[in-house]
Amino acid sequence: MNTLISLSAYDLMLASLLVLALVGLTVRLNLGIAQQLVIAAIRTTAQLLLIGLVLKQVFETAQLPLIALMMLVMLTVAAWEVLSRQKRKIKGWWGFGISGLSLFVSSFLITMIALFAIIKTDPWYTPQYAIPLLGMLLGNTMNGIALGMDRLIQTAWQQRAVIEQRLMLGQTAVEAIREIRHESMRAGMIPIINAMAAAGIVSLPGMMTGQILSGTEPVEAVKYQILIMFMVTAGTGFGVVAVLHLISKRMFDSRDRLRFDQLLAEKMQDFGQQ
Amino acid sequence: MLKVSEITIPGLAPISFELVAGECLGISGESGCGKTRLLRAIADMDEMDGSVCIDSLCQQDVSGSDWRKQVALLPAESQWWFDTVAPHFSEDNVDFASMGFSDEVMNWSVTRCSSGEKQRLAILRLLANRPKVLLLDEPTANLDAENSRKVEALITEYLVNNNASAIWVSHNHDQLQRVVSERYFDFSRAAMVSI
Repeated sequence: MNTLISLSAYDLMLASLLVLALVGLTVRLNLGIAQQLVIAAIRTTAQLLLIGLVLKQVFETAQLPLIALMMLVMLTVAAWEVLSRQKRKIKGWWGFGISGLSLFVSSFLITMIALFAIIKTDPWYTPQYAIPLLGMLLGNTMNGIALGMDRLIQTAWQQRAVIEQRLMLGQTAVEAIREIRHESMRAGMIPIINAMAAAGIVSLPGMMTGQILSGTEPVEAVKYQILIMFMVTAGTGFGVVAVLHLISKRMFDSRDRLRFDQLLAEKMQDFGQQ
Repeated sequence: MLKVSEITIPGLAPISFELVAGECLGISGESGCGKTRLLRAIADMDEMDGSVCIDSLCQQDVSGSDWRKQVALLPAESQWWFDTVAPHFSEDNVDFASMGFSDEVMNWSVTRCSSGEKQRLAILRLLANRPKVLLLDEPTANLDAENSRKVEALITEYLVNNNASAIWVSHNHDQLQRVVSERYFDFSRAAMVSI
């Protein structure tokens, strides 16, 4: 077994020269992206070093409260991230509740299932497994949830006249929004379906590559990658189903009336008065 | 038959009136005065104070969708969400011939229909639910004289055959004279007027 070759600070500086060369080129060509590039490079260095130190601490102590706190912070940040990707802002705390709950289903529950039933770590919260698994699930399922949510709200808003027409014909809220929900489910699931189809042929997934670099037997790494793929797919699917259900519930009231005023933050005095 | 009590539209005095079975009540008034909001309130499309009942059955006694099957609102411009005409019709007892269509119409593409054809199809689609009350919000606003007459005839025939009631909003006084049973509600004076 080969072991991981440790990188020195000098090695990272060499890598940073590549970015600096790019910055130099963009300044010379007047492409106006140098400042953003430098700030992003500094941010990624600082954030990753910081998380490295935090993880070192968490791994060494392996105390449940600390791990739980870290998971909670990750979930909260992911929920905000989903909301910030929406074109139309959801009113009040509902948006945060809806995206938080969907991410909980898509990532937290799936991670727990993996830890308890599949990998069977001992203790179950062993941070070397729990934290990276949750992180990978959050990062990947967040995309699908944000996409599905955005598509549902945007399409329903653009087609509000059609939805109301269908309600006027005696359709229920569920019937009136059926096609839009199908389309939103598709929008949320397409990225992960494509990723599964391309895995191994077009791209080598990041986690597998990382494990191989650190000396894991390729077939072992592949097994973990397949596990992750299935978890991300299931998580994305359940998460998108949850977010679509919660958003469409909020979009209508108990009388099956279309109520963007209780879903969206924008002013809509003109709505329904033409 | 239809009883509207104390419907409150912001900026207007509460509105109450009653329709007998088979009556067609007219509504006239300037645009933006609340006619559409009144119809939407009766169809339970907007939240509004007041109550609406058909005989002893009131809005809150049934689900919103069941209410709207009986109290059917027809907007001036109809909306279509499938490519062809057929999937918009769930009932198969639709009498297309009564509106001058052949059975071929089911395969038509919606984008190729004229506004007159669309409105006549929208009325057939609405009547397929066999509603007891029709709420017609300027149903012929986008139609020429010939198509307007066709629409008037179809709706009048439905009301007579089914003993259904209607509220007909129109800017056109001549049209109201033709279709209304005996009275219309003048929004600018907030009063019932005999025709």
